[in-house]
Amino acid sequence: MVRRYAKPVVFLLCLLPAAWLVAGIIALQSGDATSVAARALGANPVEKIQDTLGIWGLRLLLATLSVTPLRVLLGWPKLYLFRRMLGLFAFFYIAMHFLWYLFVDQAFDWVTLAADVVKRPYVTAGFTAFVLLVPLAATSTARAMRRLGRRWQRLHWLVYAAAVLGCVHFWWQVKADIREPALYAGIAALLLGWRVVQTQLRRRALRVASAIPASIRSPPPTVRSSTDSPSSHQPSIAASTGSPTDATATNSGSRWRSDQL
Amino acid sequence: MLTVSLVPRPLAFQRNARYSTPEKANSWAEVTGYNNFYEFGTGKEDPAQHAGRLRTRPWTVVVDDECAAPGRFALEDILKPHPLEERIYRLRCVEAWSMVIPWIGFALADLIRRFEPTSRAKYVEFTTLHDPKQMPGQRHDVLDWPYVEGLRLDEALHPLAILAIGLYGKELPNQNGAPLRLVVPWKYGFKSIKSIVRIRFTEAMPRTSWALSAPREYGFFANVNPEVDHPRWSQKTERRIGSSNFLARQPTLPFNGYGDEVAGLYRGMNLARHF
Repeated sequence: MVRRYAKPVVFLLCLLPAAWLVAGIIALQSGDATSVAARALGANPVEKIQDTLGIWGLRLLLATLSVTPLRVLLGWPKLYLFRRMLGLFAFFYIAMHFLWYLFVDQAFDWVTLAADVVKRPYVTAGFTAFVLLVPLAATSTARAMRRLGRRWQRLHWLVYAAAVLGCVHFWWQVKADIREPALYAGIAALLLGWRVVQTQLRRRALRVASAIPASIRSPPPTVRSSTDSPSSHQPSIAASTGSPTDATATNSGSRWRSDQL
Repeated sequence: MLTVSLVPRPLAFQRNARYSTPEKANSWAEVTGYNNFYEFGTGKEDPAQHAGRLRTRPWTVVVDDECAAPGRFALEDILKPHPLEERIYRLRCVEAWSMVIPWIGFALADLIRRFEPTSRAKYVEFTTLHDPKQMPGQRHDVLDWPYVEGLRLDEALHPLAILAIGLYGKELPNQNGAPLRLVVPWKYGFKSIKSIVRIRFTEAMPRTSWALSAPREYGFFANVNPEVDHPRWSQKTERRIGSSNFLARQPTLPFNGYGDEVAGLYRGMNLARHF
Protein backbone atom coordinates (compact mmCIF):
# COMPACT_ATOMS: atom_id res chain seq x y z
CA MET A 1 0.00 0.00 0.00
CA VAL A 2 2.61 2.52 1.10
CA ARG A 3 4.99 1.59 -1.69
CA ARG A 4 2.28 1.58 -4.30
CA TYR A 5 0.26 4.68 -3.42
CA ALA A 6 1.89 6.84 -0.78
CA LYS A 7 5.33 6.94 -2.41
CA PRO A 8 4.14 8.27 -5.78
CA VAL A 9 2.03 10.87 -3.97
CA VAL A 10 4.96 12.07 -1.87
CA PHE A 11 7.14 12.04 -4.98
CA LEU A 12 4.72 14.34 -6.82
CA LEU A 13 4.35 16.60 -3.77
CA CYS A 14 8.13 16.99 -3.59
CA LEU A 15 8.17 17.89 -7.26
CA LEU A 16 5.44 20.55 -6.96
CA PRO A 17 7.57 23.57 -5.94
CA ALA A 18 9.97 22.91 -8.82
CA ALA A 19 7.12 22.41 -11.27
CA TRP A 20 5.58 25.71 -10.13
CA LEU A 21 8.86 27.52 -10.77
CA VAL A 22 9.26 25.92 -14.20
CA ALA A 23 5.71 26.94 -15.12
CA GLY A 24 6.51 30.52 -14.06
CA ILE A 25 9.74 30.62 -16.07
CA ILE A 26 8.01 29.25 -19.17
CA ALA A 27 5.25 31.84 -18.81
CA LEU A 28 7.80 34.66 -18.42
CA GLN A 29 9.86 33.50 -21.40
CA SER A 30 6.78 33.31 -23.58
CA GLY A 31 5.88 36.85 -22.57
CA ASP A 32 2.85 35.87 -20.53
CA ALA A 33 3.69 37.90 -17.45
CA THR A 34 0.06 37.99 -16.29
CA SER A 35 -0.34 34.25 -15.71
CA VAL A 36 -0.66 33.06 -12.13
CA ALA A 37 2.64 31.17 -12.21
CA ALA A 38 4.53 34.14 -13.65
CA ARG A 39 3.03 36.57 -11.15
CA ALA A 40 3.97 34.20 -8.32
CA LEU A 41 7.60 34.86 -9.29
CA GLY A 42 7.05 38.54 -8.46
CA ALA A 43 9.02 41.52 -9.67
CA ASN A 44 12.39 39.84 -9.14
CA PRO A 45 12.04 36.30 -10.53
CA VAL A 46 15.75 35.46 -10.27
CA GLU A 47 15.76 36.15 -6.53
CA LYS A 48 12.43 34.42 -5.97
CA ILE A 49 13.57 31.26 -7.76
CA GLN A 50 16.88 31.28 -5.89
CA ASP A 51 15.14 31.63 -2.53
CA THR A 52 12.42 29.09 -3.30
CA LEU A 53 14.93 26.42 -4.36
CA GLY A 54 17.02 27.06 -1.24
CA ILE A 55 14.18 27.00 1.24
CA TRP A 56 12.75 23.76 -0.19
CA GLY A 57 16.21 22.21 -0.08
CA LEU A 58 16.45 23.03 3.62
CA ARG A 59 12.88 21.93 4.34
CA LEU A 60 13.39 18.58 2.64
CA LEU A 61 16.75 18.09 4.34
CA LEU A 62 15.04 18.57 7.71
CA ALA A 63 12.17 16.35 6.57
CA THR A 64 14.74 13.63 5.79
CA LEU A 65 16.25 14.02 9.24
CA SER A 66 12.83 13.81 10.87
CA VAL A 67 12.02 10.40 9.38
CA THR A 68 13.86 8.41 12.04
CA PRO A 69 12.60 10.36 15.07
CA LEU A 70 9.04 10.28 13.75
CA ARG A 71 9.30 6.59 13.02
CA VAL A 72 10.32 5.88 16.59
CA LEU A 73 8.02 8.37 18.27
CA LEU A 74 4.96 7.49 16.20
CA GLY A 75 5.80 3.81 16.04
CA TRP A 76 5.25 3.86 12.30
CA PRO A 77 8.10 1.79 10.82
CA LYS A 78 7.06 2.20 7.19
CA LEU A 79 8.13 5.83 7.27
CA TYR A 80 11.63 4.64 6.41
CA LEU A 81 10.36 4.01 2.89
CA PHE A 82 10.32 7.77 2.27
CA ARG A 83 13.71 8.61 3.63
CA ARG A 84 15.88 8.11 0.56
CA MET A 85 13.36 9.87 -1.64
CA LEU A 86 13.18 12.89 0.68
CA GLY A 87 16.96 12.98 0.91
CA LEU A 88 17.42 12.85 -2.83
CA PHE A 89 14.81 15.58 -3.34
CA ALA A 90 16.61 17.71 -0.75
CA PHE A 91 19.79 17.20 -2.76
CA PHE A 92 17.93 18.00 -5.99
CA TYR A 93 16.67 21.35 -4.66
CA ILE A 94 20.00 22.26 -3.08
CA ALA A 95 21.85 21.37 -6.29
CA MET A 96 19.40 23.47 -8.33
CA HIS A 97 19.79 26.30 -5.80
CA PHE A 98 23.56 26.14 -6.33
CA LEU A 99 23.34 25.84 -10.12
CA TRP A 100 20.88 28.72 -10.30
CA TYR A 101 23.29 30.86 -8.32
CA LEU A 102 26.19 29.73 -10.51
CA PHE A 103 24.70 29.98 -13.98
CA VAL A 104 21.89 32.50 -13.62
CA ASP A 105 22.58 34.81 -10.71
CA GLN A 106 26.33 35.03 -11.28
CA ALA A 107 26.00 34.27 -15.01
CA PHE A 108 29.24 32.27 -15.31
CA ASP A 109 31.22 35.02 -13.65
CA TRP A 110 33.84 32.64 -12.28
CA VAL A 111 35.95 35.36 -10.69
CA THR A 112 33.05 36.77 -8.69
CA LEU A 113 31.95 33.28 -7.84
CA ALA A 114 35.34 32.21 -6.52
CA ALA A 115 35.57 35.46 -4.55
CA ASP A 116 32.09 34.84 -3.15
CA VAL A 117 32.92 31.34 -1.93
CA VAL A 118 36.11 32.51 -0.23
CA LYS A 119 35.12 35.97 0.99
CA ARG A 120 31.49 35.60 1.97
CA PRO A 121 30.91 33.31 4.95
CA TYR A 122 27.28 32.60 4.10
CA VAL A 123 28.28 31.42 0.63
CA THR A 124 31.12 29.37 2.11
CA ALA A 125 28.70 27.67 4.51
CA GLY A 126 26.12 26.96 1.81
CA PHE A 127 28.68 25.75 -0.69
CA THR A 128 30.28 23.44 1.88
CA ALA A 129 26.88 21.96 2.74
CA PHE A 130 26.26 21.26 -0.94
CA VAL A 131 29.69 19.65 -1.40
CA LEU A 132 29.11 17.44 1.65
CA LEU A 133 25.85 16.19 0.18
CA VAL A 134 27.35 15.14 -3.17
CA PRO A 135 28.92 11.86 -1.94
CA LEU A 136 25.74 11.06 -0.02
CA ALA A 137 23.61 11.39 -3.12
CA ALA A 138 26.19 9.39 -5.08
CA THR A 139 26.09 6.53 -2.57
CA SER A 140 22.33 6.43 -2.19
CA THR A 141 21.89 3.22 -4.17
CA ALA A 142 21.42 -0.20 -2.59
CA ARG A 143 24.60 -1.33 -4.34
CA ALA A 144 26.71 1.44 -2.89
CA MET A 145 25.28 0.70 0.49
CA ARG A 146 26.20 -2.97 0.29
CA ARG A 147 29.64 -2.23 -1.07
CA LEU A 148 30.47 0.31 1.62
CA GLY A 149 29.02 -1.70 4.49
CA ARG A 150 29.69 -0.05 7.80
CA ARG A 151 31.54 2.82 6.15
CA TRP A 152 28.31 3.85 4.45
CA GLN A 153 26.90 4.69 7.83
CA ARG A 154 29.90 6.80 8.77
CA LEU A 155 29.86 8.59 5.46
CA HIS A 156 26.22 9.49 5.82
CA TRP A 157 26.80 11.19 9.16
CA LEU A 158 27.84 14.09 6.93
CA VAL A 159 24.17 14.90 6.57
CA TYR A 160 24.19 16.34 10.10
CA ALA A 161 26.98 18.74 9.21
CA ALA A 162 25.15 19.68 6.01
CA ALA A 163 21.95 20.43 7.94
CA VAL A 164 23.78 22.64 10.44
CA LEU A 165 25.62 24.45 7.64
CA GLY A 166 22.37 24.89 5.75
CA CYS A 167 20.79 26.63 8.74
CA VAL A 168 23.89 28.79 9.22
CA HIS A 169 23.81 29.69 5.52
CA PHE A 170 20.20 30.85 5.84
CA TRP A 171 20.83 32.73 9.09
CA TRP A 172 23.86 34.63 7.78
CA GLN A 173 22.09 35.52 4.58
CA VAL A 174 19.20 37.53 6.04
CA LYS A 175 19.63 41.25 6.56
CA ALA A 176 17.93 41.81 9.90
CA ASP A 177 14.91 39.58 10.43
CA ILE A 178 16.22 36.32 11.89
CA ARG A 179 12.84 34.85 12.84
CA GLU A 180 12.54 32.47 9.88
CA PRO A 181 16.12 31.12 9.97
CA ALA A 182 15.77 30.80 13.75
CA LEU A 183 12.72 28.58 13.23
CA TYR A 184 14.64 26.25 10.90
CA ALA A 185 17.66 26.21 13.19
CA GLY A 186 15.37 25.32 16.09
CA ILE A 187 13.89 22.38 14.20
CA ALA A 188 17.36 21.19 13.23
CA ALA A 189 18.48 21.48 16.86
CA LEU A 190 15.51 19.37 17.96
CA LEU A 191 16.20 16.68 15.37
CA LEU A 192 19.90 16.50 16.19
CA GLY A 193 19.27 16.83 19.94
CA TRP A 194 16.90 13.86 19.85
CA ARG A 195 19.68 11.77 18.34
CA VAL A 196 22.16 12.84 21.00
CA VAL A 197 19.70 11.89 23.75
CA GLN A 198 19.00 8.53 22.10
CA THR A 199 22.71 7.79 21.90
CA GLN A 200 23.16 8.60 25.58
CA LEU A 201 20.22 6.37 26.52
CA ARG A 202 21.65 3.50 24.52
CA ARG A 203 25.09 3.86 26.03
CA ARG A 204 23.51 3.73 29.48
CA ALA A 205 21.43 0.67 28.55
CA LEU A 206 24.54 -1.01 27.26
CA ARG A 207 26.44 -0.31 30.49
CA VAL A 208 23.57 -1.71 32.55
CA ALA A 209 23.35 -4.75 30.31
CA SER A 210 27.05 -5.52 30.54
CA ALA A 211 26.93 -5.23 34.34
CA ILE A 212 24.49 -8.12 34.56
CA PRO A 213 26.21 -11.54 34.78
CA ALA A 214 26.01 -13.44 31.54
CA SER A 215 24.31 -16.40 33.20
CA ILE A 216 21.16 -14.45 33.96
CA ARG A 217 21.17 -12.32 30.84
CA SER A 218 18.42 -13.07 28.39
CA PRO A 219 19.55 -14.77 25.20
CA PRO A 220 20.44 -12.39 22.41
CA PRO A 221 17.69 -11.77 19.89
CA THR A 222 18.05 -13.85 16.80
CA VAL A 223 19.14 -12.23 13.60
CA ARG A 224 16.08 -11.45 11.61
CA SER A 225 15.84 -11.67 7.89
CA SER A 226 16.31 -8.49 5.94
CA THR A 227 12.60 -8.31 5.20
CA ASP A 228 11.97 -7.81 8.92
CA SER A 229 14.27 -4.89 9.05
CA PRO A 230 14.80 -3.53 5.61
CA SER A 231 15.44 -0.08 6.98
CA SER A 232 19.01 -0.77 7.88
CA HIS A 233 19.65 -1.80 4.31
CA GLN A 234 17.53 0.91 2.83
CA PRO A 235 19.84 3.25 1.01
CA SER A 236 19.38 6.82 1.98
CA ILE A 237 21.04 10.12 1.77
CA ALA A 238 20.52 10.56 5.46
CA ALA A 239 22.37 8.74 8.13
CA SER A 240 20.81 5.54 9.16
CA THR A 241 17.54 4.60 10.62
CA GLY A 242 18.03 3.77 14.17
CA SER A 243 15.21 2.35 16.17
CA PRO A 244 16.53 0.00 18.81
CA THR A 245 15.00 -3.01 17.08
CA ASP A 246 16.83 -2.31 13.85
CA ALA A 247 20.05 -1.79 15.71
CA THR A 248 19.92 -5.09 17.48
CA ALA A 249 18.89 -6.88 14.35
CA THR A 250 21.75 -5.62 12.25
CA ASN A 251 24.29 -6.35 14.94
CA SER A 252 23.28 -9.87 15.76
CA GLY A 253 21.94 -8.59 19.02
CA SER A 254 25.37 -8.24 20.51
CA ARG A 255 25.22 -4.56 21.41
CA TRP A 256 23.46 -1.30 20.79
CA ARG A 257 24.91 0.73 18.02
CA SER A 258 25.31 4.32 18.83
CA ASP A 259 25.75 5.19 15.19
CA GLN A 260 22.26 4.07 14.35
CA LEU A 261 20.94 7.58 14.65
CA MET B 1 -19.54 61.59 7.28
CA LEU B 2 -16.23 62.16 5.61
CA THR B 3 -15.09 59.27 3.48
CA VAL B 4 -11.43 58.71 2.75
CA SER B 5 -10.76 57.49 -0.74
CA LEU B 6 -8.29 54.64 -1.03
CA VAL B 7 -7.59 55.46 -4.65
CA PRO B 8 -4.50 57.68 -4.86
CA ARG B 9 -5.49 61.18 -5.92
CA PRO B 10 -3.94 62.77 -9.00
CA LEU B 11 -1.47 65.60 -8.45
CA ALA B 12 -0.70 68.72 -10.47
CA PHE B 13 2.97 68.85 -11.45
CA GLN B 14 5.52 69.89 -14.05
CA ARG B 15 7.98 67.54 -15.62
CA ASN B 16 11.62 68.26 -14.73
CA ALA B 17 13.49 66.99 -17.80
CA ARG B 18 16.88 68.18 -16.65
CA TYR B 19 16.94 65.84 -13.66
CA SER B 20 15.05 62.97 -15.28
CA THR B 21 16.55 59.89 -16.87
CA PRO B 22 15.29 58.89 -20.32
CA GLU B 23 15.32 55.23 -19.25
CA LYS B 24 12.05 53.32 -19.31
CA ALA B 25 10.26 53.60 -15.97
CA ASN B 26 9.15 50.51 -14.10
CA SER B 27 5.48 49.66 -14.15
CA TRP B 28 3.09 50.82 -11.43
CA ALA B 29 2.72 47.17 -10.38
CA GLU B 30 6.49 46.75 -9.96
CA VAL B 31 7.02 50.03 -8.14
CA THR B 32 4.12 49.46 -5.74
CA GLY B 33 4.34 45.67 -5.38
CA TYR B 34 8.02 45.03 -4.65
CA ASN B 35 9.14 47.10 -1.69
CA ASN B 36 11.48 47.12 1.26
CA PHE B 37 9.53 48.80 4.08
CA TYR B 38 10.24 46.70 7.17
CA GLU B 39 7.61 48.61 9.18
CA PHE B 40 5.11 46.44 7.30
CA GLY B 41 7.11 43.20 7.23
CA THR B 42 10.41 42.03 5.79
CA GLY B 43 9.03 40.28 2.70
CA LYS B 44 8.99 42.22 -0.56
CA GLU B 45 5.23 41.79 -0.91
CA ASP B 46 4.47 42.55 2.76
CA PRO B 47 4.28 46.34 2.41
CA ALA B 48 1.69 46.20 -0.40
CA GLN B 49 -0.28 43.75 1.68
CA HIS B 50 -0.16 45.45 5.08
CA ALA B 51 0.35 49.16 4.43
CA GLY B 52 -3.42 49.72 4.13
CA ARG B 53 -3.50 50.14 7.92
CA LEU B 54 -1.45 53.30 7.78
CA ARG B 55 -3.52 56.49 8.15
CA THR B 56 -1.81 59.33 6.36
CA ARG B 57 -4.44 62.00 7.16
CA PRO B 58 -4.11 63.92 9.37
CA TRP B 59 -0.29 63.89 9.33
CA THR B 60 2.02 66.04 11.40
CA VAL B 61 5.68 66.76 10.81
CA VAL B 62 7.94 68.12 13.54
CA VAL B 63 10.84 70.31 12.45
CA ASP B 64 13.24 71.07 15.28
CA ASP B 65 16.64 71.61 16.91
CA GLU B 66 19.25 73.65 15.02
CA CYS B 67 16.96 75.92 13.01
CA ALA B 68 15.45 79.38 13.41
CA ALA B 69 11.85 78.35 12.69
CA PRO B 70 11.09 75.06 14.45
CA GLY B 71 7.57 73.78 15.04
CA ARG B 72 4.88 71.16 14.54
CA PHE B 73 3.23 71.43 11.17
CA ALA B 74 0.27 69.86 9.47
CA LEU B 75 1.46 68.14 6.30
CA GLU B 76 -0.57 70.58 4.20
CA ASP B 77 1.39 73.49 5.66
CA ILE B 78 4.69 71.73 5.00
CA LEU B 79 3.74 71.19 1.36
CA LYS B 80 1.88 74.43 0.56
CA PRO B 81 4.71 76.66 -0.72
CA HIS B 82 6.27 74.01 -2.98
CA PRO B 83 5.30 73.58 -6.62
CA LEU B 84 5.47 69.89 -7.56
CA GLU B 85 7.60 68.43 -10.28
CA GLU B 86 8.13 64.99 -11.75
CA ARG B 87 11.62 63.51 -11.56
CA ILE B 88 12.32 60.15 -13.18
CA TYR B 89 15.13 58.72 -11.09
CA ARG B 90 17.02 55.46 -10.95
CA LEU B 91 16.72 53.73 -7.58
CA ARG B 92 19.48 51.31 -6.64
CA CYS B 93 18.78 49.04 -3.67
CA VAL B 94 21.68 47.87 -1.52
CA GLU B 95 20.45 44.35 -2.37
CA ALA B 96 21.75 44.78 -5.94
CA TRP B 97 18.48 45.37 -7.76
CA SER B 98 17.28 48.62 -9.31
CA MET B 99 14.22 50.36 -10.71
CA VAL B 100 13.37 53.57 -12.54
CA ILE B 101 10.64 55.55 -10.80
CA PRO B 102 8.75 58.71 -11.82
CA TRP B 103 8.54 60.54 -8.50
CA ILE B 104 6.42 63.62 -7.82
CA GLY B 105 8.00 65.95 -5.29
CA PHE B 106 10.08 69.03 -4.68
CA ALA B 107 13.67 69.89 -3.84
CA LEU B 108 14.55 69.15 -0.21
CA ALA B 109 16.77 72.24 -0.30
CA ASP B 110 13.72 74.50 -0.78
CA LEU B 111 12.13 73.10 2.36
CA ILE B 112 15.32 73.30 4.41
CA ARG B 113 15.83 76.99 3.56
CA ARG B 114 12.34 77.81 4.87
CA PHE B 115 13.30 76.62 8.33
CA GLU B 116 16.63 78.48 8.38
CA PRO B 117 19.12 76.02 9.82
CA THR B 118 21.57 77.66 12.26
CA SER B 119 25.33 77.81 11.72
CA ARG B 120 25.66 74.80 14.03
CA ALA B 121 23.48 72.60 11.82
CA LYS B 122 25.76 70.10 10.05
CA TYR B 123 23.29 67.29 9.38
CA VAL B 124 19.61 66.68 8.76
CA GLU B 125 18.01 63.74 10.53
CA PHE B 126 14.71 62.18 9.42
CA THR B 127 12.44 59.89 11.45
CA THR B 128 9.68 57.55 10.29
CA LEU B 129 6.38 57.23 12.16
CA HIS B 130 6.57 54.81 15.10
CA ASP B 131 3.19 53.21 15.71
CA PRO B 132 3.03 49.40 15.86
CA LYS B 133 -0.77 49.56 15.58
CA GLN B 134 -0.49 51.03 12.11
CA MET B 135 2.88 49.48 11.27
CA PRO B 136 2.70 45.82 12.32
CA GLY B 137 6.34 45.16 11.38
CA GLN B 138 7.34 47.36 14.34
CA ARG B 139 6.01 44.72 16.75
CA HIS B 140 9.21 42.78 16.09
CA ASP B 141 12.67 44.07 16.98
CA VAL B 142 13.98 43.61 13.47
CA LEU B 143 15.45 47.11 13.64
CA ASP B 144 15.67 49.58 16.52
CA TRP B 145 12.43 51.50 15.83
CA PRO B 146 11.70 54.18 14.83
CA TYR B 147 13.63 54.15 11.57
CA VAL B 148 16.10 57.03 11.38
CA GLU B 149 18.05 58.29 8.40
CA GLY B 150 20.17 61.34 7.77
CA LEU B 151 22.18 63.42 5.35
CA ARG B 152 25.04 65.84 5.70
CA LEU B 153 23.58 69.33 5.24
CA ASP B 154 25.39 69.90 1.92
CA GLU B 155 24.05 66.60 0.60
CA ALA B 156 20.55 67.55 1.70
CA LEU B 157 20.87 70.89 -0.09
CA HIS B 158 21.90 69.25 -3.37
CA PRO B 159 19.21 69.84 -6.02
CA LEU B 160 18.91 66.10 -6.77
CA ALA B 161 17.68 65.33 -3.23
CA ILE B 162 13.90 65.59 -3.12
CA LEU B 163 10.98 65.01 -0.83
CA ALA B 164 8.40 62.97 -2.72
CA ILE B 165 4.67 62.85 -2.13
CA GLY B 166 3.68 60.97 -5.27
CA LEU B 167 4.64 58.73 -8.14
CA TYR B 168 3.24 58.24 -11.61
CA GLY B 169 1.33 61.50 -11.21
CA LYS B 170 -0.64 60.28 -8.21
CA GLU B 171 -0.27 60.45 -4.44
CA LEU B 172 2.16 57.90 -3.00
CA PRO B 173 0.63 54.56 -2.11
CA ASN B 174 1.30 53.79 1.56
CA GLN B 175 3.79 51.03 0.74
CA ASN B 176 5.98 53.58 -1.05
CA GLY B 177 6.28 55.82 1.99
CA ALA B 178 3.16 57.98 2.05
CA PRO B 179 2.54 60.72 2.71
CA LEU B 180 6.06 62.18 2.65
CA ARG B 181 9.36 60.49 1.87
CA LEU B 182 12.92 61.29 0.97
CA VAL B 183 14.47 60.34 -2.39
CA VAL B 184 18.26 60.54 -2.73
CA PRO B 185 18.97 58.87 -6.06
CA TRP B 186 22.78 58.57 -5.75
CA LYS B 187 22.58 56.61 -2.50
CA TYR B 188 21.33 53.10 -1.78
CA GLY B 189 17.58 52.97 -1.36
CA PHE B 190 17.58 52.54 2.41
CA LYS B 191 18.72 56.17 2.77
CA SER B 192 15.46 57.33 1.17
CA ILE B 193 13.41 57.18 4.36
CA LYS B 194 9.63 56.80 4.16
CA SER B 195 6.58 58.17 6.02
CA ILE B 196 8.54 61.00 7.66
CA VAL B 197 7.23 62.56 10.91
CA ARG B 198 10.30 64.47 12.03
CA ILE B 199 13.00 66.55 10.36
CA ARG B 200 15.73 67.59 12.74
CA PHE B 201 18.82 69.72 12.19
CA THR B 202 21.81 68.54 14.22
CA GLU B 203 25.43 69.23 14.85
CA ALA B 204 26.31 65.55 15.38
CA MET B 205 26.07 62.87 12.71
CA PRO B 206 22.67 61.16 13.08
CA ARG B 207 22.68 57.57 14.34
CA THR B 208 20.98 55.96 11.37
CA SER B 209 19.09 52.68 11.65
CA TRP B 210 21.00 50.36 9.34
CA ALA B 211 24.39 51.73 10.36
CA LEU B 212 23.42 50.97 13.98
CA SER B 213 22.03 47.55 13.13
CA ALA B 214 25.07 46.33 11.15
CA PRO B 215 27.89 48.89 11.15
CA ARG B 216 30.19 46.66 9.10
CA GLU B 217 27.63 46.41 6.34
CA TYR B 218 25.97 49.82 6.15
CA GLY B 219 27.64 53.17 6.54
CA PHE B 220 26.21 56.64 7.06
CA PHE B 221 26.96 57.79 3.53
CA ALA B 222 25.81 54.70 1.62
CA ASN B 223 26.66 56.20 -1.76
CA VAL B 224 26.12 53.71 -4.58
CA ASN B 225 29.63 52.45 -5.26
CA PRO B 226 30.47 49.41 -7.41
CA GLU B 227 34.02 49.43 -6.00
CA VAL B 228 32.93 48.83 -2.40
CA ASP B 229 31.22 45.48 -1.95
CA HIS B 230 28.68 44.82 0.72
CA PRO B 231 30.46 42.31 3.00
CA ARG B 232 28.00 39.64 1.90
CA TRP B 233 27.56 40.37 -1.78
CA SER B 234 29.10 42.21 -4.69
CA GLN B 235 27.87 45.68 -5.65
CA LYS B 236 29.51 45.63 -9.10
CA THR B 237 26.35 44.76 -10.98
CA GLU B 238 22.62 45.03 -10.48
CA ARG B 239 19.46 43.45 -11.74
CA ARG B 240 17.00 45.91 -13.28
CA ILE B 241 13.53 44.88 -12.17
CA GLY B 242 11.19 44.34 -15.11
CA SER B 243 14.01 44.06 -17.63
CA SER B 244 12.91 42.31 -20.85
CA ASN B 245 15.54 39.65 -20.16
CA PHE B 246 14.87 38.87 -16.53
CA LEU B 247 18.20 37.04 -16.27
CA ALA B 248 20.35 40.00 -17.27
CA ARG B 249 22.58 41.98 -14.94
CA GLN B 250 23.92 45.42 -15.75
CA PRO B 251 26.96 47.21 -14.37
CA THR B 252 26.37 49.46 -11.38
CA LEU B 253 27.56 53.03 -11.90
CA PRO B 254 29.38 55.13 -9.29
CA PHE B 255 26.84 57.31 -7.46
CA ASN B 256 24.17 55.38 -9.39
CA GLY B 257 25.07 57.32 -12.53
CA TYR B 258 24.74 60.75 -10.84
CA GLY B 259 28.49 61.19 -10.37
CA ASP B 260 28.73 64.27 -12.62
CA GLU B 261 26.33 66.08 -10.32
CA VAL B 262 27.30 64.82 -6.86
CA ALA B 263 30.90 63.53 -6.87
CA GLY B 264 32.07 67.00 -5.84
CA LEU B 265 30.34 66.62 -2.48
CA TYR B 266 32.86 63.95 -1.54
CA ARG B 267 36.10 65.42 -2.88
CA GLY B 268 39.03 64.35 -0.76
CA MET B 269 37.07 61.68 1.10
CA ASN B 270 38.11 58.05 1.11
CA LEU B 271 34.86 56.48 -0.02
CA ALA B 272 36.02 52.96 0.75
CA ARG B 273 36.30 54.02 4.39
CA HIS B 274 33.27 56.31 4.47
CA PHE B 275 31.03 53.80 2.70
